[in-house]
Amino acid sequence: MVATVVLTACGGGTQQPAATQNASPTIQINGAGATFPYPIYSKWFAEYNTLHPNVRINYQSIGSGGGIRQLLNQTVFFGATDGPMTDEQLKSAPGPIRHLPTVLGAVVPVYNVPGVTDELKFSGPVLADLYLGKVKTWNDPAIAKLNPGVKLPATDITIVHRSDGSGTTYIFMDYLSKVSPEFKTKVGVNTSVNWPVGVGGKGNEGVSGLVSQTPGSIGYVELIYALQTKIPFGTVQNAAGEFVKASVDSVTKAAAAAAANMPSDFRVSITNAEGAGSYPISSFTWILLYENPTDKAAAKVMVDFMHWALTDGQKYAADLGYAPLPDSVVKLEEAALQKIKVS
Amino acid sequence: MRSRDLGFRLVIGVFAAALLLIVTAIGFELARQSWLSIQKFGFEFWRTSTWDPVAGEFGALPFIWGTLYSSILALVIATPVALGIAVFVSELCPPVLRSPLIFLTELLAAIPSIVYGLWGIFVLVPFVRLLETWTPEALRALPLFSGPPLGVGMLAAGLVLAVMVVPFTSAVAREVLKTVPTTQREAAYALGATRFEAIRAAMFYARTGIVGAIMLGFGRALGETMAVTMVIGNNPQVSLSLFAPQYTMSAVIANEFTEATDELYLSALVEIGLVLFIITLLVNGLSRALIWTMARRVPSKVTA
Amino acid sequence: MNSVPTAAPRKILSALFVGACALSVALALVPLAFIMFFVVSQGIQSLNLDFFIHDPRPVGEPGGGMRNAIVGTLMLTGLAAAIAVPIGVVSGVYLSEYRGTRFASAVRFAADTLNGVPSIVIGVFAYGVAVLPFRHFSMLAGGLALGIMMIPLIARTTEELLLLVPNALREGALALGATRAKAVMTVLVPAALPGIITGVVLALARVAGETAPLLFTSFGNPFLSTSLTQPVSSITVQVFTYAISPYEDWHRQAWAGALVLVSIVLICSVAARLATNRVARIRGH
Repeated sequence: MVATVVLTACGGGTQQPAATQNASPTIQINGAGATFPYPIYSKWFAEYNTLHPNVRINYQSIGSGGGIRQLLNQTVFFGATDGPMTDEQLKSAPGPIRHLPTVLGAVVPVYNVPGVTDELKFSGPVLADLYLGKVKTWNDPAIAKLNPGVKLPATDITIVHRSDGSGTTYIFMDYLSKVSPEFKTKVGVNTSVNWPVGVGGKGNEGVSGLVSQTPGSIGYVELIYALQTKIPFGTVQNAAGEFVKASVDSVTKAAAAAAANMPSDFRVSITNAEGAGSYPISSFTWILLYENPTDKAAAKVMVDFMHWALTDGQKYAADLGYAPLPDSVVKLEEAALQKIKVS
Repeated sequence: MRSRDLGFRLVIGVFAAALLLIVTAIGFELARQSWLSIQKFGFEFWRTSTWDPVAGEFGALPFIWGTLYSSILALVIATPVALGIAVFVSELCPPVLRSPLIFLTELLAAIPSIVYGLWGIFVLVPFVRLLETWTPEALRALPLFSGPPLGVGMLAAGLVLAVMVVPFTSAVAREVLKTVPTTQREAAYALGATRFEAIRAAMFYARTGIVGAIMLGFGRALGETMAVTMVIGNNPQVSLSLFAPQYTMSAVIANEFTEATDELYLSALVEIGLVLFIITLLVNGLSRALIWTMARRVPSKVTA
Repeated sequence: MNSVPTAAPRKILSALFVGACALSVALALVPLAFIMFFVVSQGIQSLNLDFFIHDPRPVGEPGGGMRNAIVGTLMLTGLAAAIAVPIGVVSGVYLSEYRGTRFASAVRFAADTLNGVPSIVIGVFAYGVAVLPFRHFSMLAGGLALGIMMIPLIARTTEELLLLVPNALREGALALGATRAKAVMTVLVPAALPGIITGVVLALARVAGETAPLLFTSFGNPFLSTSLTQPVSSITVQVFTYAISPYEDWHRQAWAGALVLVSIVLICSVAARLATNRVARIRGH
């Protein structure tokens, strides 16, 4: 017990200025969900805490499936997901839930092929066949055709996927189901699917970890995880036939068409979007809030936070590999935030 | 005075009853939460291989297979080592080494599971990957060694579990051997037995207890979660291959519990927990019964 | 008996056997040395003052630490002990005082069963009982899960130790006119106290290293939290999260966390050993 007291008393750097000096009491809000936006959410919550030292938002990245589940159980105040909730899930909720987009991100195919330093090109159908287990070695003609001039080894392909319920999986499955009818029937779209082949990693972190350590493997992760861990990732062929590399720019282009026709509940898929230069495996990511929560104080704080995230918060997006929301979407969202009952 | 004694007995009896209450509560709660899944799938649950959250089809066979395979593999590797240690420490080693050796094996038992997992991911898995890559082609053709050399998989899981099980089995075996009356050994030596033959006689005498010790190690391996989930590959498939990534009951619960998005999914996971609870109950119960039977034949007390 | 086998092959077999046993000892010590080597060499590099006095920073920012996790683990184990020590010690007293009764046998069986229940199953139970109904992940739920795991350990140790107390003490107390209660509480328990404390310390070391039951009870928290009803971080869960991540910095911190855990366990084990040796010497064993 002595140790506890001593450690708690020791200065905590920039994180823990004395809460007693502020007029407002400390409020802690718990949320859970997607690992896809974890890097930017953790940045946002830390920044917000610096601006408002009495507000501590605790976000645990346990996967989109987890976020939805815990929100439905009401064991967390807000959820976060990259795969929008289904109508059934919304119906089973104890109260109406709002989807609030925060940023745009991209899912990229990361790979670890011994001896290959070139950037590999992939097409939707080839990725689908890989994940169906139909393409088994790196020098398969299907891959070679897309990558003329690259010396591909005869190494076996190890498929890496998520072992937990994941919105990143949802986005990837959504894309593969659009480009491959066989994939749609055999596997389908969900946060957790029946994988035909492969090794499971927990979270975006687990998948990048496995790919970086396993020669001959391929996996799918959110762009920032590939950038931060410096794992090579390939280009993907979009609906217009171009091979596009994921970037803030190409993701923004993917959202352009959808932004114009945004549905009022913000649940929209932008994978395999039309338009030159758009990256085909892009997606919005959402924070989920009850429209009429019991804890009004927390609701007020979260709404304030969302306003900050939609304006100042967007500044941090590009550095971390996410695309900021289109202005039209931000306007619609600010209006939607009014509907959350804070008193 | 008697009523005060009765009062005392009642009061502390309530605390003791808490233990009974907790165990029954666990069983009850597990059964209650898995009821939905039990009703829907019945016994098919134990025989089906599909684990499909999208379609709502759940079968626990791959997990039961993975748990049993990894635990039995661990036993095969750990038992000779554990018995060797028990024999060495109780019969063969110089007395001055005895205490330090016992301390060191206890240390193995005390290392937290997560630290085994950490070491597993960063040290054992690359080593196993190396082993797998070096496996000669001739062996690779066998189903036992088929598949790409990932490193993560059944072999890595079996190895980690074996290291974790050794101290348990060896500690109990040691205790059991201590209770073999010295007359047994003396008789053997008097008849001209070599060390090996005398010890073999002692072990034969203690065979029930030793089997109990082995089963205790088995029970430990069955329930292990963290270290296994970090090195087994998390793929629900029934595969004979040591190189294949597979899944265990405790690992799937750890990975998917917080996110089971619908009632049936959650119920299926809890049912797996129930199955695990029952299996470990039976194995541990059996092992304690064996050790206790051994203790009854012998005047001194065996602690397990 | 048939003809006596010649001596030489038997002697060789015996020598081989002895060699095999010695080899097993070496085989078991190799992974131990391996693990300790890695934990110490990797962990010591990241063990600086920052580690102990700072909470985690967002990924990519330097200066993060595991203060919140260390405090969390200390508080969780403290809470677990608060739950487990009363129930465990008193149950142990019952088991030793009323040994032969059927109720005691049932309780003993329950304790052994509980000991063997996988920690993940206890986590599932604690989630259903302490998280769902209150709609909150919390330190209490985590402490409850760990406490449940400690109870059988403490109960059995207490029982064993009370049985070791020489009968003379018990008889002497009763002969002087003490009630059962007084005899137990003023003579027997104090006599066994050092051993009981040792048992508690070992049980604490054991649960401090548990991860699985905390995954869905105390959950996790990047902030330092001392509240009973809020989620709290712990060294074990934090090490798990860091270990499976792709970030080098987090891996290093995971090793450091592992080093802290192993040190706690080592210190407790050594202290327990020394204590039992002292007691044994005093008793004249």
